[in-house]
Amino acid sequence: MSVPGALRLRWRRARLHLRAWAKRQALRAVADRTAAIAPDDILLMSVLRNERVRLPYFLQYYRALGVGHFLMVDNGSDDGSGEFLLAQPDVSLWRAAGGYREARFGMDWITHLQNRHADGHWTLTVDLDEFLIYPFCETRPLRALTDWLEGAGLRALSAMILDLYPRGALEAQAYAEGQDPFAIAGWFDAANYSVRRSADLGNLWIQGGPRARLFFADMPERAPALNKVPLVKWRRGYVYASSTHMLLPRGLNQTYERAGGEQISGCLLHAKFLDGFPARAAEEVRRRQHYADGHEYRAYAQGMQAQRDLWCRWSERYVNWRQLEMLGLMSKGNWA
Amino acid sequence: MSGAEGPLGFVMLCHTALHRAAGVARHWAGQGCPVVIHVDRRVPAAEFAAMRDGLADLGHVRFARRYRCDWGMWNLVAATQTAAEQLLAGFPGVRHVFLASGACLPLRPVAELQAYLAAHPDTDFIESVTTEEVGWTVGGLSMERFTLRFPFAWRRQRRLFDAHVALQRALGLRRRIPEGLVPHLGSQWWCLTRTTLEAILQAPDRAAHDRWFRRVWIPDESYFQTLVRRVSRRVESRSLTLSRFDSQGRPHVFYDDHLDLLRRSDCFVARKIWPHAEALYRAFPVAGGDALREPDPSRIHRLFAKAAERRMKGRPGLHMQSRFPTGEGADLTAAPYSVFQGFAEVFEDFEGWLSRITGTRVHGHLFAPDRVDFADGARVFDGALSDSAALRDYNPRSFLTNLIWATRGERQCFQLGPGDVQAVMPLLAGDGNAQVSVVTGAWAVPLFRAGGDFAEVRRMAARLQQIESAQLALLRGPGVRARVRIWTLSEFLANPMEPLQAIIDEISPRSARRLTEAPRLVALEGFAAFLQELRNQGMQPVLTGDFPVGGPGAAAQDAPPRERPYLVT
Repeated sequence: MSVPGALRLRWRRARLHLRAWAKRQALRAVADRTAAIAPDDILLMSVLRNERVRLPYFLQYYRALGVGHFLMVDNGSDDGSGEFLLAQPDVSLWRAAGGYREARFGMDWITHLQNRHADGHWTLTVDLDEFLIYPFCETRPLRALTDWLEGAGLRALSAMILDLYPRGALEAQAYAEGQDPFAIAGWFDAANYSVRRSADLGNLWIQGGPRARLFFADMPERAPALNKVPLVKWRRGYVYASSTHMLLPRGLNQTYERAGGEQISGCLLHAKFLDGFPARAAEEVRRRQHYADGHEYRAYAQGMQAQRDLWCRWSERYVNWRQLEMLGLMSKGNWA
Repeated sequence: MSGAEGPLGFVMLCHTALHRAAGVARHWAGQGCPVVIHVDRRVPAAEFAAMRDGLADLGHVRFARRYRCDWGMWNLVAATQTAAEQLLAGFPGVRHVFLASGACLPLRPVAELQAYLAAHPDTDFIESVTTEEVGWTVGGLSMERFTLRFPFAWRRQRRLFDAHVALQRALGLRRRIPEGLVPHLGSQWWCLTRTTLEAILQAPDRAAHDRWFRRVWIPDESYFQTLVRRVSRRVESRSLTLSRFDSQGRPHVFYDDHLDLLRRSDCFVARKIWPHAEALYRAFPVAGGDALREPDPSRIHRLFAKAAERRMKGRPGLHMQSRFPTGEGADLTAAPYSVFQGFAEVFEDFEGWLSRITGTRVHGHLFAPDRVDFADGARVFDGALSDSAALRDYNPRSFLTNLIWATRGERQCFQLGPGDVQAVMPLLAGDGNAQVSVVTGAWAVPLFRAGGDFAEVRRMAARLQQIESAQLALLRGPGVRARVRIWTLSEFLANPMEPLQAIIDEISPRSARRLTEAPRLVALEGFAAFLQELRNQGMQPVLTGDFPVGGPGAAAQDAPPRERPYLVT
């Protein structure tokens, strides 16, 4: 990379850190239990708003994988999410005042917490509807993965978003608290993903799945990005450049092999398309707090009226990580 | 604490997860085996003390003088030497010494290992092969491990290490291999007889050898492996410890889900075990037993070989988040497929015919400008591919890759034409899996049959001919990897069965069937006159080949297709 190019990225990274630092006042600690974080704990960071019904399963899922401490930012919930989290002994909770959008869709808050608490920890940054699966996740805890990544000299794991959806109308099956969301949203698109490499940060840009197929078929360039790097051995100075799609320094985005082999990767199962989604899409259009003026949600709101069923006859029923590995959506790399 | 020690002693090299190492040491000592433990000097004093105190009740466990060990450096050998000397001196009853690490796990009972060694009393189990025979070239170094000097640690001082290697290469500096030594390499983990080990450790020229090996790279994989060849009566060149390195030269790790594989391997000791693999540490060593079964790690070796292949080569034709081949030689698709240009124009229901004859999936024009014309007009196809032209054109490369990947096991055929979106052309030309068959000028047939305003027809013809010329230039150009066949329309019509047979044979080579059902040609009466009219209007149809009005070629257009004589031969 050219010297001006490298300087430009350096400056961009400094700016992101500066933003996060400037936004620190918006964060008010409700329960700071970070003193209990052990040196080798795996951390999980998340921003949420009104996710009360999803929280129990979310925490249960990641506790079972071996997350040691949750650092959660509550952006104005009024459904009891905050109270629920307050009662969890392994959760530190902050309340964020101010707009999600103005805080770089929550990433400024996350960046600030990462700077303060994540240095030296394997850190998972996910949304409440994202569930990480990785090779051997049924038999090997997250720590086995991070130990292996570390041994292999890898600092980050790629895990692309895989949108899962139910068969039939979204409202037809109600999600109950504590339930596995994929018992309802159990289908996915197997091979309609567009992959290209973006030059400036060196990351892959992946779009596709049911969202592109149904909501963005005539404006594919606006389809949401599905590439994510949610698990990173964090070092002070790292920063997510856009949601958790890519990072700076750009070397962290080299989670793929270009010479023909396969690097290890996982998937973030995305439980977005459940019964609450149509109402949420309508609300988010009104709030205009999402990326590109909530354009995405507008497309959903319109799309969901016309097309209530995301399922098609080529949809695959989700079974396990081995299935996704065989379908080529993720890879074991040389982990055996 | 049993008084008499057994004939088998262990040297353990430990640096992490000391509680696991202690558990294993306790097991061996409990079976009457003396154990001498070396703990890396970098381990904090408190941790070391905890381990030592925890094993203090075992008289058979001793701790060796501690060295600071860097990966690939001499001290690992020095630690082994010292600990082995201590074991031999302290336990005169020991006949075999087994070198293990703290991440080793005994799979079979000590009694079985002892019985096995008793059956091979004079054998040294140590992997020991010459450098020419092994493919290990960590860091790009093979024989140079021995002929260059390596004072810097590879993992800690990589830049110095690399610079020093480059410097020595540039200056042509080489070390002489000492007289009488033939460098051998092998797994660090061995089991030697007392006789052999003493001969190595008490050799009169040991000081000279040690001096030389001190600057060899990764001497723990070559010191004993080389010297054993000078003194051993019988070298069995394999390790009794199941241990494999991955494609990066790191040891593979065993987890709980390997339990069955390990159990069935019949190996005595495996490494390295993930320290939190509770089920493995619970299950092993299995209670024994005095079985004399030979170890058989082949299934595990296969598993690891497959992992290496996935990492190094991957699945061809798979483009995804962690495999994205780019540049020269990058694969595009997963399987062969066929592309037809001009066939659907000259035959009636060519797609249906081809599908019946070959049993493949035959699509229409996948790259049509308005929509993706999947077989049977499907709106969505395998892999949940959409028929949206915009989605396809947003990334034609991914579209093609996805289609062929998603349909692995079912050959795909599709139609192409100069009227289609041309962005796919360079991809097809560069793809070794593409079988592209072109009847040039066939686009004139539908123009001829549709009729209509001739000025418009003339304009269309000129445009299609121009595009097809560019296609042909690409398909005939340098660097084409597709299997390309090209006929002019007149050539093709003169004898269509031969090319068809050739294409069909290539699609299903094993069936070797003769075509019994020919596709029907569309009616072409007056086609020669149509071409002449184009010429008269100033547009020269060069790609159709010759169709002289009333000439010999005109027969093709004048006779009705069902009477064509080319049918079954």
